[in-house]
Amino acid sequence: MSAARTRGTGTVNLSLLAGGALIGLVILVAVVSFVWTPHDPYHVDSTHRLLGPSPTYWLGTDTFGRDIASRLMVGSRTTLFVGVIAVGVAAVLGTPLGVLTGMTRRLAGFIMRATDLAMAFPALLLAIMFGAVFGSSTLTAMVAIGLASIPAFVRVVRAGTLQVMSTEYALAARAAGRRGPGIAVRHVLPNVMSLVIVQASVSFAIAVLAEAGLSFLGFGTPPPTPSWGRMLQESQELLFTHPLLAVWPGVAIALAVLGFNLFGDGLRDRYDPRLERRR
Amino acid sequence: MSHRFLTRTGVFVASLAVASVVVFGFLAVLPGDPARVALGVNATPEAVAQLQKEFGTDRPLFAQYLGWMRGLVVGDFGRSYVTREAIGPQVIDRLGVTLWLVGAAMVIALLVAVPAGTVMAVRHRRLSGLVLSAFSQLGIAVPAFLTGVLAVAFFAVRLDWLPSGGYTPPAEDPVEFVRQLVLPATALGLAQAAILARYVRSAVLDVLREDYLRTARAKGLTPTRALLRHGLRNAAIPVSTVLGLQLATLLVGAIVVERVFVIPGLGSLLLDGVANRDLLLVQGVVMVLVIAVLVVNYAVELLYAAIDPRLRGTR
Repeated sequence: MSAARTRGTGTVNLSLLAGGALIGLVILVAVVSFVWTPHDPYHVDSTHRLLGPSPTYWLGTDTFGRDIASRLMVGSRTTLFVGVIAVGVAAVLGTPLGVLTGMTRRLAGFIMRATDLAMAFPALLLAIMFGAVFGSSTLTAMVAIGLASIPAFVRVVRAGTLQVMSTEYALAARAAGRRGPGIAVRHVLPNVMSLVIVQASVSFAIAVLAEAGLSFLGFGTPPPTPSWGRMLQESQELLFTHPLLAVWPGVAIALAVLGFNLFGDGLRDRYDPRLERRR
Repeated sequence: MSHRFLTRTGVFVASLAVASVVVFGFLAVLPGDPARVALGVNATPEAVAQLQKEFGTDRPLFAQYLGWMRGLVVGDFGRSYVTREAIGPQVIDRLGVTLWLVGAAMVIALLVAVPAGTVMAVRHRRLSGLVLSAFSQLGIAVPAFLTGVLAVAFFAVRLDWLPSGGYTPPAEDPVEFVRQLVLPATALGLAQAAILARYVRSAVLDVLREDYLRTARAKGLTPTRALLRHGLRNAAIPVSTVLGLQLATLLVGAIVVERVFVIPGLGSLLLDGVANRDLLLVQGVVMVLVIAVLVVNYAVELLYAAIDPRLRGTR
């Protein structure tokens, strides 16, 4: 996807552009949904059940007569909200841990082993455990996805920190008597931030998938709040008669994940010169 | 035995122990006493005490944990708080179903990813390589449960070629077993194939630049023969690691796919346990899944050291 990339000031990165456009579309839809939707996404109307796409109902109506386009628009808010909080939790906890393991030998072994162990609890499994204990909600889904994403941030940031700590300017800072926290803030964090941003984009895509999967299983956002995963789950019973009901939320999920994955790839291409040889 | 092997084994055993504490401890904080939940609000204190004794929940938490662990080691997961049936045989039965699904999905993932990833690498600057790369991006973006739902809509509902779900044991009816496995295994396998193909592409691209491949070409081998004879074996080293890790992902991914296709596997058992608030059942299934993930990761590390001579004997 990045073959069209050219280097220099006029850099064109197709992945970054396409990913950015898709993410922009999801954000735009979510923002617009706060002020306008074609219909009330919660309005149940038994006289307009399971209608096909039309000028009035652009994507048709669901089994309760609710407008699918409006519910998809509001559902994008859920997707973005869960993603932002989950990735935020992972980045805020994972980044300092990654820097710490890259800068200190004493704690590194323990934190990395704990990270290995945490990887045995994937987001879906963790969220089901959370759901069993605390009940299903958007909050438990967000926390579970966020916690499960921490190991990826720790590993990526640790690798970046080790690289920074082996540079001459980091050695010079040490020789000048600057302490660990000072070096971390002044030299390490600014240099690993690009890695954090790339990881955030990749983790966002994973969070969107996880949220959709959890809502599909009934462990995510509870009804009547629209959620793409739940809309897909609700469509399953009507597959035999109304297969289009499954297509719309499916396309929304796929486009959002594709957007964040492409954006992450594009950012990685731009920030990681080592990847240049792979193209 | 190398120091690396001993260290990894020690870490693996410690991870198992800590994971068991996490799973037990986490679900132990579940509000509501299982005996009281099972008997309802009108139960007498004597009846509750009797059932608590039967469940073993009258003992201190640490004693309960030790008893649970002792049982796990010999495959005794205790008795369900809801159905009072032994959990162990259910878990083993359901695990068998899930392993069929995961195994078939892994085979499909490999059959798709290895040729696709190789073509993506060999023709990475040509249209066919770019189109395949675009497809792999799309494949990663489409979750297995969505592929499953769409596959049911098309192949089961519209074309009526395959059943929309269910499970028949292979010993009972091998043909129906395969027919029912095709759609769920494909849905689960394609999502992994898309990810795996990108790793295969990357590994083959690295191999294509190696001197030994150039030497093989110089000796007169065609590009395809050189790649098949020397390249793919070397590219298999990093790919095998990813493959192992994907096995763990497949095990957890199977939970959702089993729900789509109404397959009575481990995932369905777990979801039923959560729905019925059957704590001991949930504990047992979660622990089996976590053990499976840890075992796979441990095996991958050992395998990686075995096939990459540079790692042997290192710390």
